[in-house]
Amino acid sequence: MDKTQDTAAEISLSTQEFLEKPESQWKSMWDSLKKNKAAMVSLAFIIILVLIAVITAIFPQVLPHDPYEQNMTKTFLFPDGRYWFGTDQLGRDIFSRIMVGTRVSLSVGVIAVAVSMTLGVVFGSLAGYLGGKVDSFIMRIMDIMLSIPSILLAIAFMAALGQGIDKAVIAISLVSIPEYARIVRGEILSVKENDYVQAAKVIGDKDGRIIFRHILPNVLSSIIVRATLGISSAILDASALGFLGLGVQPPAAEWGDMLGRARNYIFQAPYTLIFPGLAISLTVLAFNLLGDGLRDALDPKSRQN
Amino acid sequence: MYFDLIKYTIKRILLLIPVLFGVSLVVFLIMRVFSPDPAPVVLGEHASREAMQAWRNAHGLNDPIVWQFIDFLKNALTGNFGTSYYTNQPVMKEIMARFPATVELAICAILFASVFGVLLGVVSAVRKNTAVDYASTILALIGVSMPIFWLGILLIILFSGTLHILPSTGRIQPMLQPVGGTGLYLWDTLTSGDFEAFGDAARHLIMPTLALAMYSLAIITRMTRSSMLDTLNQDYIRTARSKGISSHRVVKHHALRNAMIPITTVIGLQFGSLLGGAVLTETVFAWPGIGSYTVQCIQKSDFPVVQAVVLIIATVYVLINLIVDLIYAFLDPRIKYSKEEG
Repeated sequence: MDKTQDTAAEISLSTQEFLEKPESQWKSMWDSLKKNKAAMVSLAFIIILVLIAVITAIFPQVLPHDPYEQNMTKTFLFPDGRYWFGTDQLGRDIFSRIMVGTRVSLSVGVIAVAVSMTLGVVFGSLAGYLGGKVDSFIMRIMDIMLSIPSILLAIAFMAALGQGIDKAVIAISLVSIPEYARIVRGEILSVKENDYVQAAKVIGDKDGRIIFRHILPNVLSSIIVRATLGISSAILDASALGFLGLGVQPPAAEWGDMLGRARNYIFQAPYTLIFPGLAISLTVLAFNLLGDGLRDALDPKSRQN
Repeated sequence: MYFDLIKYTIKRILLLIPVLFGVSLVVFLIMRVFSPDPAPVVLGEHASREAMQAWRNAHGLNDPIVWQFIDFLKNALTGNFGTSYYTNQPVMKEIMARFPATVELAICAILFASVFGVLLGVVSAVRKNTAVDYASTILALIGVSMPIFWLGILLIILFSGTLHILPSTGRIQPMLQPVGGTGLYLWDTLTSGDFEAFGDAARHLIMPTLALAMYSLAIITRMTRSSMLDTLNQDYIRTARSKGISSHRVVKHHALRNAMIPITTVIGLQFGSLLGGAVLTETVFAWPGIGSYTVQCIQKSDFPVVQAVVLIIATVYVLINLIVDLIYAFLDPRIKYSKEEG
């Protein structure tokens, strides 16, 4: 008897909770993300990176050394207590340069993804929602861009635009538009036929309102997952352009650029090539793990594997 | 059924034409319309105005832009991509001299990535949640997170700088270089019976292959694992097991054969992306292929070469995708190719 009462009480309590505060998609996503250790460690790592980027920008004096100061009497110092990661070919402190490089890599990743995602969402929505000739036209252009390896296309854009990190951002944004456009178009095609979209049409909602109020919120989660993973590939691409000497202008510090310039001293001072690469890999790894975690949290089916 | 397949093939080949036309247009726009004038780069900043003007006239850069594009298309159809601004050699000749190096590297990398990727993927699916599975997951994560060029650098530091067992640059020692032949050194040296040269070429190939293959290896491993897990849960696998067929046979003949369909697609797509990765790998290892050559030509504004290389790589890429789709259609009779769009 007692038992039944307890259960009944539990049920009524949970019903009450449910009625009071319907669990949002975001909360349930966060709850399941919290259980994913790798994703949480990655999130913490990314927050630390953001803090490093912000703090070194506002208070450069926290850095142990000036990242831009050259000192030809101190070139290729082996890592020690004073120069934690050693010094480079111009006698600059590698640790300080990696710290300020965080800002470059993070902002390139975030800005490039924001730009390509916005444009991809616009093109993908137009193609998926309007269909017909608009769809064929937009998607053929995307096919054309996808048939050139993205790093090659980005290098070609850089040749046209000229060297510089702002141009690298543009090049990387342009080459990743098709990916987002494809995803959004696919999602919209599958959402478009749902009853609530048809209902909105019947009521007489305008196309723009239907796209923004009814369709995009439903595809937002897959866009967010894609964007998180997109940041990691944007950081990789940017470091590749930097490595090829197409990134930042000297003396700015960017991880890929540091590797490209230290490459000639690979046998003389290998440690100058270890730490910048480690910084790229760990950052990319963190965004990949967080993206995977988000995907699993949003789509319980994929978690089984 | 075969009639449908042929119709589908023809339709897909016809669809390639607008795509390749679009690629030429995009490349042309980037290199000829939006890029800065190549004359000061090629002739040097201090060349006289007259010299630059004469040079532009000689290379047709003063013609109306539409004419330039039509000329470029007309010539490209006959395989004539003009001459390099620097060497004055036909672009096609310059490219063909370097193409075999890239092809050899890409084939070695895709073979390595496919064989080990499928193997690792199958083992981690069959031994799910064991140490092997976790190890392959970690390997795959590292593979997609590490920049190709940094992996190359680490390999050089380890095998050339520290252990001194592998050469860090080039394809072969100059005196062992095979003359004539296909330009694929492994093949040329093997067929001519020169095993010393073969060994040397193979030693030069190891690190570039590893660096280039790592990313694809990771993707193929993950794809194989999840595709195998899907098939292993199917009813017919349970039926096969319940009939008493050995576990090894079930995995090899029943599960892997069906799991191979999506895996084939991924391998095909990866082969295409290897061509992009070759740009970085070749730069790290000073591998004399078209990837490193393209980077140099872009930096030197050698437009005819860049246009040709991008067009050729894009053609190879879409052809590989087409072949993959055809294999896919052939492997899986359920695909209705007659209705599918390009």
